[in-house]
Amino acid sequence: MQLLKKDQGLIEETWVHCTDLEPLPVSENIIVGYGRWLNEQETLLKRNGLLGLELPNDVSPADISDKLDHLSLILLDFPAFNDGRAYSQAQLLRNRYGFKGELRASGHVLRDQLAFMARCGIDCFELPLHAPAQEWSKAFSDFSNMYQGAADGFATIAQKRHLDQTGAE
Amino acid sequence: MYQYDGFDQEFVRQRSAQFRDQVKRRLSGALSEAEFKPLRLMNGVYLELHAYLLRVAIPYGTLSSQQLKRLAMIGRKWDRGYGHFTTRQNIQFNWPKLEDIPDMLDSLAEVEMHAIQTSGACIRNVTADQFSGVAKDEIEDPRPWAEIIRQWSSLHPEFTFLPRKFKVSITGSSEDRAAIKVHDIGLALKKNDHGDIGFEVMVGGGQGRTPMLAQTIRDFLPKSEILPYLEAIMRVYNQFGRRDNKYKARIKILVHETGIEKLRSLVEAEYEALRASFIDLPQAEVSRIQNFFTAPPYQNLEDQEALLNQQAQQNTGFGQWLQANRTGHKQPGYAVVTISLKPIGGIPGDISSDQMDYVADLSERYGFGEIRVTHEQNLVLPDIRQDQLFDLYQDLVSQGLATANAGLISDIISCPGMDYCALATARSIPIAQALSRRFEDITSQQNIGPLKIKISGCINACGHHHVGHIGILGLERKGEEHYQLSLGGHAGFEASIGKIVGPSFKEHQIVDAVETVVQTYLDLRTEDEIFLDTYRRLGDTPFKEALYAAA
Ligand code: SF4
Repeated sequence: MQLLKKDQGLIEETWVHCTDLEPLPVSENIIVGYGRWLNEQETLLKRNGLLGLELPNDVSPADISDKLDHLSLILLDFPAFNDGRAYSQAQLLRNRYGFKGELRASGHVLRDQLAFMARCGIDCFELPLHAPAQEWSKAFSDFSNMYQGAADGFATIAQKRHLDQTGAE
Repeated sequence: MYQYDGFDQEFVRQRSAQFRDQVKRRLSGALSEAEFKPLRLMNGVYLELHAYLLRVAIPYGTLSSQQLKRLAMIGRKWDRGYGHFTTRQNIQFNWPKLEDIPDMLDSLAEVEMHAIQTSGACIRNVTADQFSGVAKDEIEDPRPWAEIIRQWSSLHPEFTFLPRKFKVSITGSSEDRAAIKVHDIGLALKKNDHGDIGFEVMVGGGQGRTPMLAQTIRDFLPKSEILPYLEAIMRVYNQFGRRDNKYKARIKILVHETGIEKLRSLVEAEYEALRASFIDLPQAEVSRIQNFFTAPPYQNLEDQEALLNQQAQQNTGFGQWLQANRTGHKQPGYAVVTISLKPIGGIPGDISSDQMDYVADLSERYGFGEIRVTHEQNLVLPDIRQDQLFDLYQDLVSQGLATANAGLISDIISCPGMDYCALATARSIPIAQALSRRFEDITSQQNIGPLKIKISGCINACGHHHVGHIGILGLERKGEEHYQLSLGGHAGFEASIGKIVGPSFKEHQIVDAVETVVQTYLDLRTEDEIFLDTYRRLGDTPFKEALYAAA
């Protein structure tokens, strides 16, 4: 697996993925599963090091919205390329709950989905081991303009059409 | 009609460039067929029994003459000289080569067309009443709203990998000609008690193996709120729609299992929550789009009933055609004309490239260069002067396009079935052809009156058999084709799902069975009663008896 950050290209993994059973490392940045998050929240919030959460795609972002300040990374799950629930989770986390940390797409990610994911606010992507990352990065700029407003905050085509009249930026 | 600006143009061009690259990667082997499949499906490319199939969107069924000519050219150059109109106002080309499809898409982009989201688990081509803008009973023209929804749904980043495909249909008249109640979302423009116009929003209709009619989720939605409201429905569906079983993944199952009350509260809660951050269209944009749909430059004319009656008396064929294929127009002196693509013994919805060119020319000569496509697989010329109807009729006769059967028993909807479709369990086209030959005589068709036969070649129900007054479903049993007959289905505001009448029929029996049903109706009808009304009055008992008594 490789990690692609939207504006940086390939990056090194700096997070430790903890299973539910192994002891928590003392100070490293860790990503924990949702079960552990529910069971050991107090411990997790107290420890040093940054905290990341693996959010199952059937959990509503509303359920963690009051704890987002404690989270620096949320791992969104795409168990299959055609399971698109996490797109909605990403939009909600960014747009409604104002999550500012890293949103990472994990699982079955296709090159041709990167642009959709980025629009929903996902900024880091797990790529298959041998995927040509530079080639994949081109997918972000397949389209110059889009019709819908989304978490990326870009002006919509409709807004651009009426730039002069409405003063929208 | 709507015209692309630079943004729309760039968008479809970039889409087609993207697909060209995907095809290149497939042909070079960088992508396996399994990896390529979701990509091609997003662009209307299926792999069928004999070849790839390209499905092109005709948004809300509206075409310019230039666009129709381009479809003719595409059919000639990259297919076998024809195209096939589907029940969702799309056109399909059945024989393209994969390596040619990018060129086909570029060619479409030149005339402001595309194949975006004509397949895949995303929001599909938005359909609408084919008489929009000209219907006498219209409350408001739905086309600007259909265009607004088309743009909003095009490559929507959040709703492109839904549990299943998602179909939206919209009407603005007091009669529903777009079958909105069998869509995932049906939208009907209507007037409330204060005289304001808004949408009744219906959700959860669908056909397939579990046919259901859409239920009202919002009785009256101000027009300006349509996009955020749709976004709320889609978000609830994307999160809660079932993904464990593809046969239970449509929103109709969510409505059924959750209950409309509960679903309504989920949607309304989401709607309230998202409105604050939703980037809606500027009012200027709504006006800009509406301005494309103003009335064409009609002349001040009077109705020509006397003339038409006289012409009809002199020419029986014209009289029959007028009665079946002409619909009232809101503008005095004009008529709406349906061009039947159901010639006796022909393939429903098929049209040759030469015929496409010819119809495009007619639309320029007699109308304002516009053509509509209906979900019943016919074409419509929306603005014909009544005093030119006879001339138009004669021109249509010369090309085999004047079959006087719109809305009659031989105006059959049929999916492609086993002749083309990889999912089929039986053939449907030959059944449609045999039925149309059996009821060939137009005089007796007119005596039978409005009667809709709809045929599907498998449980997916693309041929709308559940809502056929007479529905036929082709199944396979022990290597043999069987046809299940259902009665009493109907699309429209008074929609109903047809009821299976009894054991299925073999191929050589099905045409006789339909004839028995029709004869039973003729024997039992009261004056002026159409088939559906007789069925609704008497139920299926007399039909059952007639069909199965002898056995
Ligand atoms: S109903 Fe079945 S056979 Fe007919 S087009 Fe649809 S999938 Fe194919």
